[in-house]
Amino acid sequence: MNLDIENAALILSAFLFAVGTAGVLVRRNAIIVFMCVELMLNAVNLTLVVFSRSLGLEAQVLVFFVMAVAAAEAAVGLAIIIAIFRHYEGVDVDRFNLLRW
Amino acid sequence: MVSLPLLLQEAHAAYEPILPAWILLLPLIGAAVNGIGAFMWRGNKSIPSLVGPLAVIGAFVIVVLNFVAMLTAAPHDPAIVSMWTWMAAGSLSVGVDLQFDQLSILMCLVVTGVSSVIHVYSVGYMGEDPGYSRYFAYLNLFVFFMLVLVLGANFPITFVGWEGVGLCSYLLIGFWYENQDFASAGKKAFVVNRIGDFGFLIGMFLIFVHFGTLSYTQVFAAAPATLAYGGAVVTVITLFLFLGCTGKSAQIPLYVWLPDAMAGPTPVSALIHAATMVTAGVYLVARTSVLFAMSPVSQAVVAAVGAGTALFAATIATQQYDIKKVLAYSTVSQLGYMFLAVGVGAYTAGVFHLMTHAFFKALLFLGSGAVIHAMHHAYHEVHSHEDPNDMRNQGGLRRYMPITFTTMWVGTLAISGIIPFAGFFSKDEIIWYTGAYGYGILWGVALLTAMLTAGYMTRLMVMTFYGENRTGENAKSHLREVPAVMWIPLAILAVLSVIGGWVNIPDALPVLPGVHAFHDWLHPIFAPARGILESHGLNEAHASPIGGGEAMWAGISTVAAAVVILLTFRALIHRTWKPAAESVDPTGLAGVLYNKWYVDELYDRMVILPLLALWRGCWRIVDAGLIDGSINGLASSTRAVGWIGSLFQTGRVSTYMFYFVTGVLVILATFLF
Amino acid sequence: MSFFESHWVLTVLLLLPLAGGVACLFAGEEDAKHVALGTSVVAWLVSLPLFWTFQQGTAALQNFVSIPWIGQWGIGYTVGIDGISLLMVMLTTFIMPMAILGSYSYIKRQQQSYYGMLLILMSAMIGVFIALDMFLFFLFWELMLIPMYFLIGVWGGERRIYAAIKFFLFTAVGSLLMLVAIVTLVYLYFRQFGVLTFAYNDLVQLPITRSLQFWLFAAFALAFAIKVPLFPFHTWLPDAHVEAPTAGSVILAGVLLKMGTYGFLRFAMPFFSYAATSDLVVNTIIVLSLIGITYGAWVAAVQPDAKKLVAYTSVAHLGFVMLGLFALTSESVQGGILQMVNHGISTGALFLLIGMLYERRHTRMIEDFGGIAKVMPFFAFAFVVVALSSIGLPGTNGFVGEFLILIGTFKTHPVAATIAATGVIFAAAYMLPMVQRILYGPVDSDENRGLKDLSLRERIVLLPALVMIIVIGVYPGPFLARTAPSVNALLEQIEVRAVQAPVEPLDADVRFDHMLILGLHGD
Repeated sequence: MNLDIENAALILSAFLFAVGTAGVLVRRNAIIVFMCVELMLNAVNLTLVVFSRSLGLEAQVLVFFVMAVAAAEAAVGLAIIIAIFRHYEGVDVDRFNLLRW
Repeated sequence: MVSLPLLLQEAHAAYEPILPAWILLLPLIGAAVNGIGAFMWRGNKSIPSLVGPLAVIGAFVIVVLNFVAMLTAAPHDPAIVSMWTWMAAGSLSVGVDLQFDQLSILMCLVVTGVSSVIHVYSVGYMGEDPGYSRYFAYLNLFVFFMLVLVLGANFPITFVGWEGVGLCSYLLIGFWYENQDFASAGKKAFVVNRIGDFGFLIGMFLIFVHFGTLSYTQVFAAAPATLAYGGAVVTVITLFLFLGCTGKSAQIPLYVWLPDAMAGPTPVSALIHAATMVTAGVYLVARTSVLFAMSPVSQAVVAAVGAGTALFAATIATQQYDIKKVLAYSTVSQLGYMFLAVGVGAYTAGVFHLMTHAFFKALLFLGSGAVIHAMHHAYHEVHSHEDPNDMRNQGGLRRYMPITFTTMWVGTLAISGIIPFAGFFSKDEIIWYTGAYGYGILWGVALLTAMLTAGYMTRLMVMTFYGENRTGENAKSHLREVPAVMWIPLAILAVLSVIGGWVNIPDALPVLPGVHAFHDWLHPIFAPARGILESHGLNEAHASPIGGGEAMWAGISTVAAAVVILLTFRALIHRTWKPAAESVDPTGLAGVLYNKWYVDELYDRMVILPLLALWRGCWRIVDAGLIDGSINGLASSTRAVGWIGSLFQTGRVSTYMFYFVTGVLVILATFLF
Repeated sequence: MSFFESHWVLTVLLLLPLAGGVACLFAGEEDAKHVALGTSVVAWLVSLPLFWTFQQGTAALQNFVSIPWIGQWGIGYTVGIDGISLLMVMLTTFIMPMAILGSYSYIKRQQQSYYGMLLILMSAMIGVFIALDMFLFFLFWELMLIPMYFLIGVWGGERRIYAAIKFFLFTAVGSLLMLVAIVTLVYLYFRQFGVLTFAYNDLVQLPITRSLQFWLFAAFALAFAIKVPLFPFHTWLPDAHVEAPTAGSVILAGVLLKMGTYGFLRFAMPFFSYAATSDLVVNTIIVLSLIGITYGAWVAAVQPDAKKLVAYTSVAHLGFVMLGLFALTSESVQGGILQMVNHGISTGALFLLIGMLYERRHTRMIEDFGGIAKVMPFFAFAFVVVALSSIGLPGTNGFVGEFLILIGTFKTHPVAATIAATGVIFAAAYMLPMVQRILYGPVDSDENRGLKDLSLRERIVLLPALVMIIVIGVYPGPFLARTAPSVNALLEQIEVRAVQAPVEPLDADVRFDHMLILGLHGD
């Protein structure tokens, strides 16, 4: 198989995405889950960057959007996690079903 | 021989009803004034005492004027007064029309005449009652509706009066509404009457469908050409109408309300439940005689029901202890006679008995009212709660109440059919025609009933007025004759009960002159029906079913009645009764009669209880169970599905994440493969 | 053209209560009721001259106007009245002041919204009766639901939520199908004539194939039958009545139920004449009406709750109306319309009377009363008069309606009329025991002994009903004269169009649509 830089980067981003997904699915600590979400976002960013080489710069613009959203999300998400931690003294996601009607 | 039309041959002036609207308006205004008075000036007794009787007496005067005018003009066709169109829709047009003819004016005379007397009597009888004004409001309203009934020129207007008198009867039976039994008696009367009214309605609908009109004159004129003689249609029409009559006039099977109706004040029993309202059925059959004459089946049914009721009620009357109950069953029985008469085709005889019965039965009821009034007064003075109506508590009253005693004897002789009292002529005519027209069995029944009548009435007289007084030592001293305002009406009715029959004396009787005034008067009304009957083979045999002429059987029946009176009197005069409180109810056959053949109980078990059970079942099982059950079932199954769906909503991030990823993989898979 | 001959009188009748309703929301807690009463009385006064300015002897729509509203969809502000809607509008404006004045002392909380709701409801009801555009009609039809839902749900009794939801769901289910049918009608009209229109006068001319008529009729009929309510769709009614506040019950019985029968007469029957006159439909509805008449009376007779009893009597009375409409004779249909008015007046008054008792004793159970006639004589008088009207005593309004219905029905369906006539017996059997148990007998409880007779306000509330009961009973001529031309024209139209209804549409496109709608399209 011809491993040029683009294919390598795409495989890496797929790997990162898979790691992130698996982390979200199996880990219980909210912080880890959160970090895995970030991992998935960055995997997508990497993909976008790779494609920008052949498809144009618009994809890189999208990367900045994703980073901005990720930053905002990190702020809100961490705040919620901290609030939950203070209230329940733990951030094990399986202990919470607050969203259940 | 005296014949009215001959005397009046000269008079040719056309008859115009005089003040027709005022005949109705006066009682209605009286009802309104007294009704307002019941709210506004409840303590005031002078206004109702004046307005109540005067409204009716005024109507009576106008009716008399009309009667005289009709007498002189001798019109052949009815005079119709149209007031306004009541209901008009499609091909139906019902006007508020009044019909003045010989029959309706005769009924008006009886109604307003007897009403006037009873209104005056009521001034004395109800004088102490707190509902005095309300009483006169109802009574005046009753007179209004009764006049509507007899004056109506079409079926719906008669029906207005028909149900209206039923309403007044309901209100007056339950006049002392605080007594639950009295209120129930009123309700029973209304509901039972409604069963009859249902028949009246259906009869009316059938007539409308076949004739396209509901006006009496048009229907009767068209009847012989429109309907086939003896056909199913006319039979069904008349049988439905007769169902209405059995309700209003208390015949088998709907008679059960009338004895209970005695819960009302006694003048009410006299007026409504003896003299006027209950005869409305007889009036209706007489009014629609053309239709009935066209159906031999209906005629036979009417006659048989009448005769059967007459005998049946008379048997019950022999074992009652409540003085008013005796008279009530007697009324049912006498109404049976009237139906027997109109059933066999002797319409005039039926109406004749209706009139004389109004006189003597009103007299008897008012007399019993006087007795009850005196008894009630006596018990009231000593604070006793004994039943003043119970004849076992009475006895020996002739010493205290000589006028009542005398007039009651007049009434008793009249109802028993002793010559020359009014009842003799009317009852004898009915019995005679029943036999002469070939109804052999019914003739026997009628004769037997006549003797029973003499028996139970004598029993009533003996128990009430003869022997030792059983009212009680203390109460006895308070018994006294009723005031003039009450005994004068008794006297008037007593006179009428003697002479009332003299307007119609058969030719066949020896010594007496034949008088046909009554027959001639009603001839224009019944001529069409008689014509139909005679053209289909109605023949007067000039002998009874077992031989013997009219004079002989008239003699036999009056002698038989007299003998029964004497025998009963002799048998009972020395008998002693214990007061009601110490008595035991009779047993054996007497017990069955005392309990009215257990018909009320039978109706309860066979009709009312099953119906109530069915109705409850409809509510609990069909409504709450089936319909609401399935609706609520639908709702809860929707809920159940929702609940199952909600199980997937765990609220855990990882679960949702799992669904999410699974979803993405599935979508990916579909795109890739 | 004077005010009373133009559409403005209708427009004012439509907008005035709406404006009053909004004013109520902003009025003070204690002033709201006066605003509401004033508005409703003014509306009544505005509607009153209509009775005389209305031209008799013609079936033409009067006070008619059609103003484009949502032009591209063919929706317009199209209103107008004929003899039938005239009586219905007058009934509405007659009942509302009674209902409002009757609530004066009954409603103690959130008065602004309560009276606001009442007036919005009034506007919607008038709208239903005058609308001659299917969109407008459906709008008002649904608009009625909302205030009524809140009236029951907020100011109702103990199980008010259950009753309100039940009421809402029952009626909503029906109307959804009706909406589908309306849209179908409009679509069919478009396919056939190339014009989008919701106007009643256009749609009523649309030829519809016989088989399709049954389906569309069923969709309309379900909505209306639930409203009437026709057995077996009636079970929402007793619950709604029992839980609703007095005014709610009065309006529900007095006007809302008539929406169903009116809908049949105005829409379902002329639109789908062939279906409406077919043996299948006529016999089905007559049988259901007969069941309603007898069954409603039977169930009423064994109710321990006075309000529930009266609710079931409505089932019986409306059964009479439905019977009259579907007997399709001039007498019976006119009787049916008159009976709609009668039922509104008598049953409305009955609910008011029971409400007055409830205010005093806070119970509706019949057994809690007894001997009320002694302590409340005027109440007893009014109660007896209204009860007699309800059981159809001659001389009261109830008799005229029932008599016309029965005699008209007898011409075409004698057996049905005979069965229905047994209703007169049952009517006495349910009403008189209630009268007896409430009014008569000894006064045996202290609470009852201390009851006060009706106040002046309460007497004023009842007086119009008592007067109308007698007036219509004795002199119904003016009412019948106004409905006669409309009814005769309607019956004639139904008869003619029933014969003309096409078996199959000629146009291939339209035929395909019909098959599509019926779900019959193959390949």
